[in-house]
Amino acid sequence: MIGILALQGNFSSHIQILNKLGYDSKLVKSSKDLDNIDGLIIPGGESTTMTKLIAREDRFVKSIKSFSKKHPILGTCAGLILMSKNSFDDKVINFGIIDIESERNAYGRQVHSFDTRLDLDYNSKNTSFMASFIRAPKISKVGKNVQVICNHDGIPVAVKEGMHFATTFHPELQNEALIHQLCFGDG
Amino acid sequence: MNKNTFKVKVGLAEMLRGGVIMDVTNVEQAKIAEEAGAVSVMALERIPADIRADGGVSRMSNPQMIKDIQAAVSIPVMAKCRIGHFAEAQVLEALEIDFIDESEVLTPADEHAHVYKHPFKAPFVCGARNLGEALRRIDEGAALIRTKGEAGSGNIVEAVRHMKMITSELSNLKEQNLSEKAKEFRVSLELVEEVAENGKLPVPNFAAGGIATPADTSLMMQLGAESVFVGSGIFKSDDPKERAYAIVEAVTHFDNAKEILNASYKLKDAMKGLEISEIPEDQLLQKRGD
Repeated sequence: MIGILALQGNFSSHIQILNKLGYDSKLVKSSKDLDNIDGLIIPGGESTTMTKLIAREDRFVKSIKSFSKKHPILGTCAGLILMSKNSFDDKVINFGIIDIESERNAYGRQVHSFDTRLDLDYNSKNTSFMASFIRAPKISKVGKNVQVICNHDGIPVAVKEGMHFATTFHPELQNEALIHQLCFGDG
Repeated sequence: MNKNTFKVKVGLAEMLRGGVIMDVTNVEQAKIAEEAGAVSVMALERIPADIRADGGVSRMSNPQMIKDIQAAVSIPVMAKCRIGHFAEAQVLEALEIDFIDESEVLTPADEHAHVYKHPFKAPFVCGARNLGEALRRIDEGAALIRTKGEAGSGNIVEAVRHMKMITSELSNLKEQNLSEKAKEFRVSLELVEEVAENGKLPVPNFAAGGIATPADTSLMMQLGAESVFVGSGIFKSDDPKERAYAIVEAVTHFDNAKEILNASYKLKDAMKGLEISEIPEDQLLQKRGD
């Protein structure tokens, strides 16, 4: 059973991917919803809105952090920002689950959003897939234990640290299950 | 690399799901909206309730005011153009607006045609009262549909009517003669077939027009809206800051009555609403554009 943080954002496309992979899914709206799930997705949406809604419950952040000690978390776009160590913005909370620094809306406004083909370079799996970058962030710094698994124009766009994965793009908008499979499957 | 494809435009609409898009008329209100958790702000000079009261011709907002709001917040900024006024839409696109609302709230510029939206880089949202209207807008290139409701009325009845109409037409579509439906709707058969097959619109469907309280929000979400636009409801109330946050909470927890109750406790008076039958027929905003 994989949970999807469902405070705001595009949870339904992630549910479709999980269905495709044969996983049950559950919407997570409070810390008690983290019980009995084996992994968590932090979806795309507005990181400022999610920050506001996470803060409603005192122990939510703490619960997510302790969940991350035992279970894999996948963050896409806004999810990557929240999982970062720092995104240098007071309006946004950072869990520090992956040792990266990120910058919000780094490609500019919506007219600069794009789809592109990316090459995955991970565990000798060389494959390519389509990804959507929607008002996407950029990863500005990568810690020493972080593995970069995809680049675009020489900039890291997908990373892995321990069992956690984060992408600046949306595989789920392309109905692409690859990253979900890496994170929640057996690799 | 593909920029500005239909998929990329709909992609932003998908990210706005489960959120609140708030009408704001200045930088201060935009900051309040962002601070309260809005997913986006709609920059406009006058909120619909005031447009209704003031009368006269209502146009695209002053670009400087929109630009100031873009500079003040980090969430996407939307702005409205008049129905059919493709030059206003071009100006908004040049301003790098994140979403253009081709809106019945402004005075229509063309009584026969909406903007042909496919060639634009910026995505469009359009209002609809029924499935035919929604599909015509999608055929023209809209990346997001919202109910028209009756803007500036503070009365939810029209948004409910429009949402239920679209939902029931969607669920019945499969049993209909699709080529007749395509003719009736004045859209391509391919689009009607796709929608009949999936049982849903190919773009997200949000609620707008008359939402004033957390319970209104919950109602529209339970009826199938994926997000809500709140226009006059927030900054025409006695407690914009608290109400804005309460409506954000209400979208996330729409199916939990205790949460809606908690969100409602702390609020003062909502905006004063209008009885729809008391609005003169020629002043109904939802009748603009078809």
